Amino acid sequence: MSNDPIHQFHINPISEPIHFGALDATFTNASLFMVAGVGLAAGFMWWAMKPAAVVPGRAQVVAEGAYSFIHSMVKDAAGEEGVKRFFPFVFTLFLFIFAANMLGMFPYFFTPTSQIVITATMALMVFFTVIVVGVAKNGFKFLKLFVPSGVPWYILWFVVIIEIISFFSRPLSHAVRLWANVLAGHLVLKVFAGFVPMMAAAGGVFVLGSILPLGMTVALYALEFLVAFLQAYVFALLTCIYLNDALHPGH
Amino acid sequence: MDVEAAKMIGAGIACIGMGGAGIGVGIIFGNFLQGALRNPSEAPKQFGNLIFGFAVTEALGIFSLLIALLLMFT
Repeated sequence: MSNDPIHQFHINPISEPIHFGALDATFTNASLFMVAGVGLAAGFMWWAMKPAAVVPGRAQVVAEGAYSFIHSMVKDAAGEEGVKRFFPFVFTLFLFIFAANMLGMFPYFFTPTSQIVITATMALMVFFTVIVVGVAKNGFKFLKLFVPSGVPWYILWFVVIIEIISFFSRPLSHAVRLWANVLAGHLVLKVFAGFVPMMAAAGGVFVLGSILPLGMTVALYALEFLVAFLQAYVFALLTCIYLNDALHPGH
Repeated sequence: MDVEAAKMIGAGIACIGMGGAGIGVGIIFGNFLQGALRNPSEAPKQFGNLIFGFAVTEALGIFSLLIALLLMFT
């Protein structure tokens, strides 16, 4: 059923089944658009920075703008040390999510970030990076992350429990935020687009009225472009804030 | 009651939680605008904090949407 709003999220294999033992590595439409997203982001940066002119052209301005935008964000959220250690990681995450979201805005294109397995993989990558780097850099002092200073002892035990719960729910909210925003946005678009033929098929005055859901679809499309950028930015910003905890665990 | 019907009602009830997230996001942006209009020169520096507060608040609404989607499609 092509009007089914869930249909756009189906994963279909586009190659012969590939198996490594128990691991199913079949090339699917999700894999195709992830490869396309990586290719778009890396290809654009390579192509735009190829001249590396002192007076930049239009493409080079965009590439340098994206670079300095993320650079200042990492610097504000994680400090000079965060830039030195994690800037490439955060910039890669941002570019990949942004390219994947933007590719998904084309009609009939698959959106890789609408699959929770993909966002959860990236969120868990950040989560384990925080733990590994935090323990490697601070050792036992990393546990100070859970014990905020300046809290009276009689509520400290309660605050520690809340801090531990909030630390372990981070990868969940990190992954679900991106996934659910993209998923809900694309669902709403599809549902409103489905109203247009429904009203047009009703005949009579409804044919003229079908312009209303069409206008709403256009407006929602503009909103979705904002969401596509904002969620990539939010994902990168939260990554910086979590990594800052690994570098400076004391509150 | 039919289980399918109960699931749909539950999904509807779960969406009430998104209203709370909506109020929270409104408070964040409203207060940001208040502060930004009082001191416009300092406002761009707080953009990261604004988005961080928005993201953390929005997460709770997204969780209730997730529950609704799980109820409807599983």
